[in-house]
Amino acid sequence: MTVSIQLEVNGKPVQAAVEPRRLLVHFLREDLGLTGANIGCETSLCGACTVLVDGDAVKSCTMLAAQADGASVTTIEGLAQNGDLHPLQEGFWEKHGLQCGYCTPGMILSANYLLAQNPSPSDEEIREGLKGNICRCTGYHNIVEAVKYAAERMS
Amino acid sequence: MYPAQFDYRRAGSVDEALGLLQEHEDAKLMAGGHSLIPMMKLRLAQPPVVIDIGRLDELKGISEAGGSVRVGSLTTHADIAASDVLAAHCPVFAEAAGHIGDAQVRNRGTIGGNIAHADPGSDIPPVLVLLGASVHLQSPSGTRSVAAGDFFQDLLMTDVGEDEILTHVDVPALGSGTGSAYLKFEHPASGYAVVGAAAAVTVQDGRCTAAGLVVGGVGAVPTTVDVSSLVGTDLSDDAIAAAASGLDAEDPIGDIFASGDYRVHVGKVYGKRALAAARDRA
Amino acid sequence: MARVLGTSIKRREDPALITGRGKYTDDLQAAGMAHAAIVRSPYAHARIRGIDTSAAEALPGVLAVLTARDVAAAGIPGVVPVGWLLPDLKTPAHPMIAADTVRHVGDAVAVVVAEDRYLARDAAERVAVDYEPLDAVADVVAALEDGAPAVHEDAPGNVAFDWEIGDRESVDAAFASAAHTVELDLRNNRLIPHAIEPRAVLASYDSSTGEMTIHMTSQNPHVHRLLMTLASLGMPEHKVRIVAPEVGGGFGSKIHHYADEAIVGLCSMKLDRPVKWTATRTETNLTDAHGRDHSTHCELALDADGRITGLRVDTAAAMGAYLSTFAPAVPTYLYGTLMSGQYDIPAIHCHVTGVFTHTAPVDAYRGAGRPEATYVVERLMHLAGEATGLGPVEVRRRNFVPPDAFPYQTQVALAYDSGNYGPAMDRALEMIGYDDLKTEQASRRGNGGKLIGIGFSSYIEACGLAPSAVVGSLGAQAGQWESADVRVHPTASVTVYTGSSSHGQGHETTFSQIVADKLGIDPEAVEVIHGDTDLVQFGMGTYGSRSAAVGGSAIVKSVEKIIEKGKKIAAHLLEASAEDLEYEDGSFRVAGSPDRALALGDVALQAYLAHNYPDDLEPGLSATSFYDPANFTYPFGTHVCVVEVDTETGSIELLRYAAVDDVGNVINPMIVDGQLHGGLAQGIGQALWENAVYDDSGQLVSGSLMDYAVPKIHNLIPFELDRTTTPCPHNPLGVKGVGEAGAIASPAAVVNAVVDALAPFGISHIDMPLTPEKVWRAVNS
Repeated sequence: MTVSIQLEVNGKPVQAAVEPRRLLVHFLREDLGLTGANIGCETSLCGACTVLVDGDAVKSCTMLAAQADGASVTTIEGLAQNGDLHPLQEGFWEKHGLQCGYCTPGMILSANYLLAQNPSPSDEEIREGLKGNICRCTGYHNIVEAVKYAAERMS
Repeated sequence: MYPAQFDYRRAGSVDEALGLLQEHEDAKLMAGGHSLIPMMKLRLAQPPVVIDIGRLDELKGISEAGGSVRVGSLTTHADIAASDVLAAHCPVFAEAAGHIGDAQVRNRGTIGGNIAHADPGSDIPPVLVLLGASVHLQSPSGTRSVAAGDFFQDLLMTDVGEDEILTHVDVPALGSGTGSAYLKFEHPASGYAVVGAAAAVTVQDGRCTAAGLVVGGVGAVPTTVDVSSLVGTDLSDDAIAAAASGLDAEDPIGDIFASGDYRVHVGKVYGKRALAAARDRA
Repeated sequence: MARVLGTSIKRREDPALITGRGKYTDDLQAAGMAHAAIVRSPYAHARIRGIDTSAAEALPGVLAVLTARDVAAAGIPGVVPVGWLLPDLKTPAHPMIAADTVRHVGDAVAVVVAEDRYLARDAAERVAVDYEPLDAVADVVAALEDGAPAVHEDAPGNVAFDWEIGDRESVDAAFASAAHTVELDLRNNRLIPHAIEPRAVLASYDSSTGEMTIHMTSQNPHVHRLLMTLASLGMPEHKVRIVAPEVGGGFGSKIHHYADEAIVGLCSMKLDRPVKWTATRTETNLTDAHGRDHSTHCELALDADGRITGLRVDTAAAMGAYLSTFAPAVPTYLYGTLMSGQYDIPAIHCHVTGVFTHTAPVDAYRGAGRPEATYVVERLMHLAGEATGLGPVEVRRRNFVPPDAFPYQTQVALAYDSGNYGPAMDRALEMIGYDDLKTEQASRRGNGGKLIGIGFSSYIEACGLAPSAVVGSLGAQAGQWESADVRVHPTASVTVYTGSSSHGQGHETTFSQIVADKLGIDPEAVEVIHGDTDLVQFGMGTYGSRSAAVGGSAIVKSVEKIIEKGKKIAAHLLEASAEDLEYEDGSFRVAGSPDRALALGDVALQAYLAHNYPDDLEPGLSATSFYDPANFTYPFGTHVCVVEVDTETGSIELLRYAAVDDVGNVINPMIVDGQLHGGLAQGIGQALWENAVYDDSGQLVSGSLMDYAVPKIHNLIPFELDRTTTPCPHNPLGVKGVGEAGAIASPAAVVNAVVDALAPFGISHIDMPLTPEKVWRAVNS
């Protein structure tokens, strides 16, 4: 069987018929070609697949595409506006908050959610807020700096 | 990473969901999916039918009435952690919910799904037992409620019947003069509680009039510690340590990170610390 | 123009990666692409009695199910080879697909190809394998015991090799006359690399041309092509193109040639269409080569003044079920040779037994041998500080190789080219405020508060394995040079083709800085191409902290050749003698006549026009170099860790971490710091959390992120970094390498700190990872 879904992805309407078992992350990556959300684990711990669903940071590997019916989804591809990088994207670039880049889209979207909840987080609040995203390259030092950079720019 | 095939049914009401449950043998209810989908991805769960109840607004929300707070089963951990109502009436509940997983998990995971899954490392069950919450269930034949202490039966086993839906929990508000705290000893990999200690104490005129301590992570179900010895005391550190040391688990759970013996020990330490934190907040 | 070497310019790699446009292997789609799922052994050791593929084949959408029988029928070599040989090394066959016996959980027994990845998994579950389970042994010590289950019939006693370095007799003599001795039995815990991108491959075979293009998660595409064609698929090397697109971290795990990538290649050949396979986290953890896994007894002898007189080390090193690509080199030439550390040690002996176990293979993982050696030496130095009463700082200082002793020949083959160890220690002490910390430590010990501990690690690293003739004599089946083709275009922009293959290190940025600096042009005018065997001449890839020192030096050599040729062209155009020409700031000038000059662009254009050109010169302005270093490079430094221990629960809290590293000249300080941060996280992870645990039956019980604790952001702290600079004397950039330093130094610093905190309890050692329970038990024993 398939399920018909209608949703908005990065501001554009999308309609599709998907297998019930199809995970949102596979729908985004393979059916829509939005490969920014990555898959790094299968236990909902690494956070590389994080996207925003109706504004909330969500692990798209732990959500069925069918559950996203009617939702508004934002992926890393939808973050820059009119060609201008989002302050978080700038921050990660400016502060060397990424190396291999695989965790980066999820990390940026989690940080985006964090800053929406708490526009000027302390270092400790940043570290607590991003605990659902694993980075194996940076030791996180510069990720904290990147988020602080963005928070300042956005305030 | 790739769930087995299943049929998907989306319920528009609790009654419809109950009907679908009757109709499909071995069907699984899915709220946020944060307990079920990980199991399905590893094919440890292969339900033939998944009934999505995630959109049932009637099961969402937090409200207070008559000294009790009602939390709908589809309320997310994020909403519980941020709830002003719970902060005012049962702060330890909100505190524990804020410890679950991470921000993304709290945004999708629900209280109903969490307690129906009954992972021994979950942060919520010891709090519900501590607070004397009741769990409300609905089936085609009616509704019933179960005390949280009876709801959790064994490892990953609860009192939810095959034809039932968990609709909400009712949590008695903590009275004035009561302090509460939840302290978590977190597993460095999974983020689950190796030990989670939930404590509440009521103090009047410098004397303890009521005290409770429930520890998760040590046994298959939350372990209630008899801390009645604290009643009448001034909650000195010594009295608290003595009370918390009464933690006993017949068959503690253990894994490669923390053995059963060690969990019992940490349960006592965290029990002590949670009681002291509750005292300081009373 | 301003110098670009030594400046923190932003990475050119980042715009694609922060916008989601970076393309990793699993992001790639090909027309007609099918998906593979690999059927793996659930047993650590079993005989395969039969495989029934009919139910899988019957599933609609399934295109093929292959087993060892199909590998044999294909008439290909079908094996996974080892690329480093030791004397008397046992090299049992490692078939691409297990034929009759499986030797670790995760060993491939069949592969399913289907139209969709979900469907491929459905079909894989329908492949019925009839196993006869056999006894297994997963532990490196147990595998050496009499009567242990044999992993390979042709490796008696599970011994893969027996290797030693140094002089046993002089060590025995040192111990016989020692004033102090310290000893330790330790385990160096097995680690799972956990690049966040799991291994993946997209193989596209085209029978009309006989060519195959393989996009894969590779740190060294040419090495993969060589091993894939020669030993696995039996294809001509020139018919295979390997491309490493964006690679999501490697840390060693993507150096090695694995069965899975070859299996997918075979599938594509059989089906004549593109086939993609992406490991799940579970699969990649079961099959990626793991790291470390040593059991070691070690002893240090010192004289009455606290000077080291001898070091004795005996190690059993797990190899796993099969010898992975560079596995035999890791616990030998990258371990035993590092045993002198930063110290002048007159007598050293190190004996290593390589051991087969029914587990995933063990091979290079960030640091590869050097973290294990540093851990041995620096744990012993901590104990020596206690035993001699000199303390951790003085005992180290007293034994540092003095700055005037370089080049310094160790007793374990390596000759350190340069070093100056005292200043790094001085700076580390200053940064951490050592005296104040000691005072606080003493006062806490007095008042019953949480204990704090201060741990040191003064490490030496050997990067850029070299030269080729030497590594060849030690058993390497590969050269250890690097290549660079630098092409100056007619408009004076430049493209560099490098054999180093970046997977997060930022080579495109740093290599462009090198070229820009040497040619006096804007870094933006330099493009860097890597990771593609059809574009790049040949390359050894990125591992062992070699890219700047070896790959960067190859680029410099090519640039120098270009300048030399440019001088000849310019001399012709300026009617001067080439010997009189200088190249500076992007221009060729006649010495002493500043107005007689030509910009690089003028010369480059003429090089391609060749209208007015020297008779004896070929047109064009490009140069290819293969740089074979004279020696390793030897980064060093001192790290200090401060911890707080809750003795009631055994929990450890990191309070401070200061690192002073000397990696020679620095090309991009921002990137160098980032490499250190990442290495520190992995080393601290090894010390405190990470542990690959197999149970007695050979099941990996920490195979997922639910049980294997990769460091998370809330568990780590900000790192305090500084540098001293002692340039490498034998490469043109004076650089050494930085990729592994953090992971090499930090485990010992952390463990020494915890042991220091627990000194009042008489605790001298706890094995990594220092889980709260282990600490608590040590305190209460």
